[in-house]
Amino acid sequence: MKMQRLPFYLMILALLVAGLGTAWLRHVETDVPLMPGEQKPVWLVEARIDFFAQGGETTVRLDLPDVTPGFRLIREQAASSGYGFAVLNDNNNRRAEWTRRNAAGYQTLYYNAQYLPVSRSAEDSLEPGQFSPEVRDVFWDEPQATAARELLRGALSRSTTPASTAREILKLLNSNSPDQNAELLLAAEPGRADLLVNLLNQSGVAARTVMGLYLEDARRRQSLTPMVEVYTDDGWVVINAETGEQGLPENLLLWSRGETAQLDVIGGENSRLSFSMIRQTVPAMALSNTQFSDNIFSLLGVYSLPIEEQGMFKLLFLLPLGALVVVFMRVVVGLKTAGTFMPILISLAFLQTTLVPGLISFILIVGLGLLLRSYLSYLNLLLVARIAALIVLVIFLIGVLSLVGYRLGFNAGITVTFFPMIIIAWTIERMSILWEEEGVREVLTQGGGSLLVAVLAYLLMSVGVINHLSFNFPELNLVILALILVMGQYTGYKLSELYRFQSMRADD
Amino acid sequence: MLISPFKLKRLGMLGMNCRNRDFIGRYNDRRLYPLVDNKLKTKLLAEEYQVATPQLRFTIREQHQISHVGNLLKSLKGFAIKPAKGSGGKGIWVITGRDGDDFVKSSGAIITLEDIRRHLSNTLAGLYSLGGANDEVLIEDLIEFDDCFKDFSFEGVPDIRIVVFRGFPVMAMLRLATRASDGKANLHQGAVGVGIDLATGRSLNAVQYGRPVYQHPDTKRDLSDINIADWHGMLMLASRCYDMTGLGYIGADIVLDANRGPELLELNARPGLAIQVANGRGLLPRLRHVEALKEKQFPDALSRVNYVQERFAAETLL
Repeated sequence: MKMQRLPFYLMILALLVAGLGTAWLRHVETDVPLMPGEQKPVWLVEARIDFFAQGGETTVRLDLPDVTPGFRLIREQAASSGYGFAVLNDNNNRRAEWTRRNAAGYQTLYYNAQYLPVSRSAEDSLEPGQFSPEVRDVFWDEPQATAARELLRGALSRSTTPASTAREILKLLNSNSPDQNAELLLAAEPGRADLLVNLLNQSGVAARTVMGLYLEDARRRQSLTPMVEVYTDDGWVVINAETGEQGLPENLLLWSRGETAQLDVIGGENSRLSFSMIRQTVPAMALSNTQFSDNIFSLLGVYSLPIEEQGMFKLLFLLPLGALVVVFMRVVVGLKTAGTFMPILISLAFLQTTLVPGLISFILIVGLGLLLRSYLSYLNLLLVARIAALIVLVIFLIGVLSLVGYRLGFNAGITVTFFPMIIIAWTIERMSILWEEEGVREVLTQGGGSLLVAVLAYLLMSVGVINHLSFNFPELNLVILALILVMGQYTGYKLSELYRFQSMRADD
Repeated sequence: MLISPFKLKRLGMLGMNCRNRDFIGRYNDRRLYPLVDNKLKTKLLAEEYQVATPQLRFTIREQHQISHVGNLLKSLKGFAIKPAKGSGGKGIWVITGRDGDDFVKSSGAIITLEDIRRHLSNTLAGLYSLGGANDEVLIEDLIEFDDCFKDFSFEGVPDIRIVVFRGFPVMAMLRLATRASDGKANLHQGAVGVGIDLATGRSLNAVQYGRPVYQHPDTKRDLSDINIADWHGMLMLASRCYDMTGLGYIGADIVLDANRGPELLELNARPGLAIQVANGRGLLPRLRHVEALKEKQFPDALSRVNYVQERFAAETLL
């Protein structure tokens, strides 16, 4: 009965796609970095509110950013002793609210938030639910009304789109020698952003003022910069009213978009809002964990488990890699090992003890164990009793080695306990029988083979990238499974057979 | 120096991976393994199919029987102690004679009854069985080997390994113990492997430690003189092991007793690959040839043996 090849290879393909695909999705969806130790810059923005409390009930409301193109909120918190704090969310407009029954004298409140720079997506510029914003009616007093009409007439005659209208108006307002109309309007409304918004609305173009914060490293006492948003065919476009620059600058954090006041203090006076900011770098891993803790991929990962279990899984997820090494070394290379998967257990122990101390203590234990075993064979014991006796002796050996190591000042002595005792006892028993039956050569071949596989597996497992990938992308084990299945189909010669059959060279 | 894998392929050498997957995995039903992994079961089955085996004296199944073993052995001059589940000749002791109350092993070592008891106890506890499972011990008569092997073996009985695929003997090898192999017939321990022509039972090629040899290293007899008596009967015996076990790919270990003729020593469901080196040729072309044959055209052992004796006859002998 021949096995169908096609379904097998389809299955391999499915495993590869599932493993790599899930890993990629996890990377894209939850920002789990592909490399360990990756750092990401974040902006820590702190808003400071100072005011003089009048001694009664005090409520402070601060408008918080809602949609922030180019930045993602990671964490926010408020520090203000004696105040109740809450973040309110009504109609997609987030506000921070501090409340206190009795407050008197100068008060300082802090709100800080961490923002991660992200790439801007197209929908960022569109505010949900506002696809055809209404144009506000504008009322001027005379003579400003005439000046505005005149100025708009000139600007409109030279423009076609809302964006070009805004540009032309700004050109008139910002020119080095503004004409009478512009001067008149500027005198009445010194804020250029507000003036531009009014003029645009009058010309039938939807526009509004937004407050932005320029992020520059280690700046203190910054204030919000007013910007103008013009509604064009492509959605809202930000225009800097001072410079005429279009588009949202890279380092501008949109703080408030609503028409409500940024700061609202009830029960206080002389209030003042200022910002300071600093650029920090944080590990990408931690960032991903805090951001996406309730994402489906995080739920499928092991982060939701207690730390102790996570540590166990960290080792467990390395096992398939060790198994892969064993399969490769036995099927393709043809190395002899004592016990099929004993090398993996040894290499896991090496992960705890590190390589050189682990190797030394393993060889010491097995060597001393063989000596003790040769005495046990004189006692003519039943096999099970002999192995049980060996287990007890191995434990004593490990105890003695740890103590001696500790007294001599080697901490590695203590980590000997990570070796799997029962496996070691069995290894000693089998090595000893092998010694009697096949001679010391075979013992060295198999023992050396096991150690070689264990060291190779250890070296692979201790590579930082592999460690990181296997723990954070457990689905990659499907890829390992696929590789193992493929190797299970290998019917070619082993490397060792090229040596074993070398005498066939003469025959042809 | 390594040999190139392309050359191995050209020679039709069977590799271990290919053997395990394409032959053992495909033609050997796991369910049937106990029939060959347990020598006692093999023996009982062989009696049923009238396949000759060495005479069984008694078996030991429980530790408490060991205390009576002295009485049971009293009447026997020479005997072999075999673990039922041992593999690769492990745990087999051959006692060739007596020295007062003590016993003489085939190697010449003198051992006491106490040594035998300890060996039996270890064996029952599973020292030689796979995974340390409880075992049984067979006590059998010694083989008196045929004169045609005189001076071809140093201590130990020469045995013949025949690889049988779907009932067709496909390759044969004679294993001669040497001083280096300590009377054992394992090639990697230094025994001489002699490839045997399927048609005639004469030697084709011989190797020790993978290198060609032409004389027995200890007795200096020319290996080209080997001519196995009752070769056809031996192939018949091997071929019938397939009907007996139903295992498609097996190695039959056969000895030639001077009085009783060919006898089946044991069967192996995972025969090794050294037979190819001893024969100086690969198994694969023959296996593929047999694989393509229609089973219905070869209803019994005789037709299969006749076919291979004609088909796989060697062109040149040693």
